[in-house]
Amino acid sequence: MLKFSQYPIEGKYGKYGGQFVPETLMVAIKELEEAYKKSKVDQDFQKKLKYYLSEYAGRPTPLYYAENLTKKIGGAKIYLKREDLAHGGAHKINNTIGQALLAKKMGKKRVIAETGAGQHGVATAIACATLGLKAEIYMGSKDMKRQKLNVFRMKLLGAEIHQVESGSKTLKDAINEALRDWATNVQTTYYLIGSVVGPHPYPIIVRDLQSVIGNEIMKQIMLKEEQLPSALIACVGGGSNAIGTFYPFLDYPLVKMYGVEAAGLGLDSSKHAASLCVGAEGVFHGMLTYVLQDEHGQIQTTHSISAGLDYPGVGPEHSFLKMRERARYATATDEEAVNAFLELSKNEGIVPALEPAHALAYAIKLAHTMGRDKIIVVTLSGRGDKDAEVVAKHLGVKI
Amino acid sequence: MREIEKMFLTLRRRKEGALIAYVTGGDPKPEYTPKIAEALIKGGADIIELGIPFSDPIADGPTIQAATVRALKAKTTPRTVLKIIKKIKENHSVPIIILTYYNPIYRMGLENFFRLASRYELDGLIVPDLPIEEAYDYKKVAEEYDIDTIFLTAPSTSQKRLEKIISYTSGFLYLVSIFGVTGAREKIQDLTIKLIKKTLPLTTGKIPLAVGFGLSKPEHIKTVILNGADGAIVGSSFVKIIEENLENSKKMLNKIENHTKKLKKATVKECSN
Repeated sequence: MLKFSQYPIEGKYGKYGGQFVPETLMVAIKELEEAYKKSKVDQDFQKKLKYYLSEYAGRPTPLYYAENLTKKIGGAKIYLKREDLAHGGAHKINNTIGQALLAKKMGKKRVIAETGAGQHGVATAIACATLGLKAEIYMGSKDMKRQKLNVFRMKLLGAEIHQVESGSKTLKDAINEALRDWATNVQTTYYLIGSVVGPHPYPIIVRDLQSVIGNEIMKQIMLKEEQLPSALIACVGGGSNAIGTFYPFLDYPLVKMYGVEAAGLGLDSSKHAASLCVGAEGVFHGMLTYVLQDEHGQIQTTHSISAGLDYPGVGPEHSFLKMRERARYATATDEEAVNAFLELSKNEGIVPALEPAHALAYAIKLAHTMGRDKIIVVTLSGRGDKDAEVVAKHLGVKI
Repeated sequence: MREIEKMFLTLRRRKEGALIAYVTGGDPKPEYTPKIAEALIKGGADIIELGIPFSDPIADGPTIQAATVRALKAKTTPRTVLKIIKKIKENHSVPIIILTYYNPIYRMGLENFFRLASRYELDGLIVPDLPIEEAYDYKKVAEEYDIDTIFLTAPSTSQKRLEKIISYTSGFLYLVSIFGVTGAREKIQDLTIKLIKKTLPLTTGKIPLAVGFGLSKPEHIKTVILNGADGAIVGSSFVKIIEENLENSKKMLNKIENHTKKLKKATVKECSN
């Protein structure tokens, strides 16, 4: 039997994944696959990537023992993987630097990307600014309203923003528009996807680039604790910080993994974004995966207090890990996420983004049930400055 | 012999290209679609192509996106559109094909979808986000139910790949004539003509070649047919007529019929004058 880490096989994780895209894009994704394979063994490329990750993005990020929080809960030791300290304020830079280098290698001068919360848009704008590429970002108008700060940051970084008014005006529609742009300008343009979603090879490219998170965790925890963690916890929208955290540990069966999806106003409210927990298999944005859809196969609109989790699909590797029961998937509501956001801010002096606040909410519950000799690592995928306004509004505070 | 093949043979004898007319099923409401199809047929459309509306139509431009929103708002389902086929076929013998993204089919299940499609007398199917790599089971089930699988080839498709696509295709081959999404364009691009000339040697004698994306005017049709294509696919300009006449269905149907007549005339290869 194959090890978990050996997937995908021909672009598939079990039955999930694949390449469900219009014919116009088939050549482009095959070309990308070739270029990516070459880059993996290209020493010059790998050297450059390493250089930018350490000198520019600020890696490795710390693995911090959250002692106050641990003591307050009185269970397993909680460590935080501080992706919020990476340049740009989130884990997204790990991926955008790598893919922007790839775009350059392929001779593409124009880069397009989609963004939900704006973190991937910002990280793309950052990578393109430093590498001398033109960045154009698609963003739903609803997201633009709730993430004004990031919209302004992208503009400062020299990116052009395309406001998307179609469909639900959020992340899924931004991806639709980016795909349409790509089909139109495929000869000159690199599509820089921000998560482990889309047609093969994107899920593997983004996973490999984000695996730096898990690789560092493994080294750091062995140094600090001389043992592997009992559990890894990360939030799942598309699922890139979660896959990046999980992947290096997939073949260590004693390490449990938990992906936490957004339950929004509750799983029975239809205002959530829990594709894995309550969705069904479907074909969406180029992949076969779990999707929130109605009985006729129409993709549903989602809700989450965190724009970064507000997506009706999920990376195909997560669908595979769920089916094979290698990872478990849970949810946290808007309310629980905000509480965890406040809890971490007060106890540790760290303001997390609302996305990883979902992971924290679940970690707090889980730690409570585990012995003090156990270790939990939570990936803190981003910092919370961008969410201050949303949280204040949620609490009824005027700022 | 299947209906689509028959239609192309008949047209070849008459020295005409095929006019394939697309509208989104259920736009603006399901009860309109049979009447719109009637107008298209009266105007001379040779094959009717109905879209199953899908929430995320990534290969479509703004015109068809808007049609999709209207049709979904009117509660159009895949089943609604399939049923409409049978209704049209009660009075007409034109071949009818469906365009749908893959998820509505996947959701229903291949077997269920094709069983239903066959019961409602569907002739062929186009699925723009299903490339041949993912189409093995789809093709197999379609064969069992005797329904044509129309695949697309694009400006970026290589010669070698095109040969493979042709081997998966029945009914006709759909040539996407430009880089981009559906929607009316002012002019035919030089690229389109080059593509037709590049593709014809591979299709001639094997399968009819129909050209789509961006065609909306009689002169567009004339150009692609005179350059050797066996058919022309027009969609967005019909959908636009629907959109602009939502308040007056009589006017809508008249305009559709007249537009069809003009386009159909342009498919005739040898004019008497």
